[in-house]
Amino acid sequence: MRSLYISLVSEFYKSRKTLAFWAAIILPFVICSLVAFGFYSGSDKVLNMHYPPIMLWFRYLGAALGVMGVLILPFYVIFMAFSVNNIEHKNDTWKTLFAQPLNKFSIYAAKYLYAVILIFICLFLFAALTFAFGHLLQVLVPKYNFNQYDPSLILVKFYSKLFLASLGILSIQFILSLLWGDFLKPMGIGFIGTIMGIITGNVGWKYAYLIPYSHPSLVLNSSASAKKLTNPADFPIFTQEIYTSLVYALVLFIIGYFIVTKKSIK
Amino acid sequence: MGNYAIETVGLNFNFGNQAIVKDLSLQVPKGSIYGFLGPNGAGKTTTIKILLNLLKSPADQVFIFGKEINHNRIATLKRVGALVEQPAIYGHLTGKENLINRCLLLGIKKTKADEMLALVGLTEAANKKSTKYSLGMKQRLGIALALVSDPELLLLDEPTNGLDPNGIIEVRNLMIELATKHKKTILVSSHLLAEIERTATHVGIINKGKLLFQGTINELHLLSKPMLEIEVNNISNATAFLTQAGYEILETTDKKITVPFTSPQDSGALNTLLVQNGFTVSSLYLQKKDLENLFLDITKNN
Repeated sequence: MRSLYISLVSEFYKSRKTLAFWAAIILPFVICSLVAFGFYSGSDKVLNMHYPPIMLWFRYLGAALGVMGVLILPFYVIFMAFSVNNIEHKNDTWKTLFAQPLNKFSIYAAKYLYAVILIFICLFLFAALTFAFGHLLQVLVPKYNFNQYDPSLILVKFYSKLFLASLGILSIQFILSLLWGDFLKPMGIGFIGTIMGIITGNVGWKYAYLIPYSHPSLVLNSSASAKKLTNPADFPIFTQEIYTSLVYALVLFIIGYFIVTKKSIK
Repeated sequence: MGNYAIETVGLNFNFGNQAIVKDLSLQVPKGSIYGFLGPNGAGKTTTIKILLNLLKSPADQVFIFGKEINHNRIATLKRVGALVEQPAIYGHLTGKENLINRCLLLGIKKTKADEMLALVGLTEAANKKSTKYSLGMKQRLGIALALVSDPELLLLDEPTNGLDPNGIIEVRNLMIELATKHKKTILVSSHLLAEIERTATHVGIINKGKLLFQGTINELHLLSKPMLEIEVNNISNATAFLTQAGYEILETTDKKITVPFTSPQDSGALNTLLVQNGFTVSSLYLQKKDLENLFLDITKNN
């Protein structure tokens, strides 16, 4: 456990000046403020629709969730998985890392865990900022009725689901980035996977849940159907695609360890 | 076994079908500077990687401070510092941050970073991004990183590679200081004997994965027997004459005859003998094969 902890601290220390780390913080800020700005400057149009509070929240969080879940989240995961590993490829430091008096599995697990934490920070900020900016909009445009519904449960559930749905993609991209030091291969495969995921997810293909890249899209589709529920916060978190994502994550995480122990020797 | 910092017992290592290290039995005494010599591709780096357990050795073939490495990986690595191939430095971090990161990994106080920077003379460049370091500075930072845990054993893989003469002298002096003042054992690999000769107390010569020589630097010197080269007129007659007089002729060219050197007195007697028998000796000198040639001989013949 101590090995894991110090490796994790070192991961933070090493990458605190990299784009992958800052993107986890900047992305939610930029996207949430853009959506909020849209709702602020176009408030007349939105107010004309006379949404009930719950639908207003759905419109608003859907705007952030839509862009983010389908495109930005997969691409962030692809880029971040690359960046976390590339820091060692680029500097040729795998050898040194594995020559430290630390448990080998802990070193690898810390790296993976660090990537998971970054996704968590990113999605947590998305949820928190969506909530905060919603209330900020209420203050700026008092005619909005954001204050008449508490979306926190929906936000937490959606973003938790999205978080779990992204772990499958993360594990694939993590392995690809372990194997190859260059950006193009993991990026290219990730790009094709994401497009495939969006298409199969949206078309509603029976076996779409088997493709990890489709999981965020599937989660978003389920958000559309959640609106129709009498209590929209009632949707289940652990659905088929989430289980699949977790199985992918677990299996690939273990395979990745064997790859990394073999890889470090070169 | 207790006196060796490193001991390998008939170590074999293959990459697939290709044997990289064959029956290697290294014995690195504690407190020595062990020059690990061999041409490029001889298996030096592979051996160092095995010593760091980056490559898994067969059981009971590698012992560090008397302990089998596979079973004592973490305990062993705590006592070892290493610089393998290029120094492993995070380019986007400063020199100091690189050291702090290593301190974090080793659970050492961060103040150690400043100490190490001072030791390798990088205090002024501490807050400079390490991508902007010169090759020599990177190498020194690499050594600082290897030293940060205050290891008893240092493995340095070609630490002077790419350094200018000043840099080479600095690294050399640092190694001597570490071994004499700080009582560290250092295994330093190189493909240049001349470089090792000035620092090492012990030498191991490896070629094609096999250990061809191992011993103290003096033992290596003894291998190169001194010879007497005689420039004389009428070489063929002189050769015949000397053979008849009971001398062992090592080599004859059209200009000179080479015989084993025994003592200055014997050389004088030989000269007198030649002159008294009507030969004109134009020069008579002691020739010692330098270690570089010896090294080439040792590696060429295998």
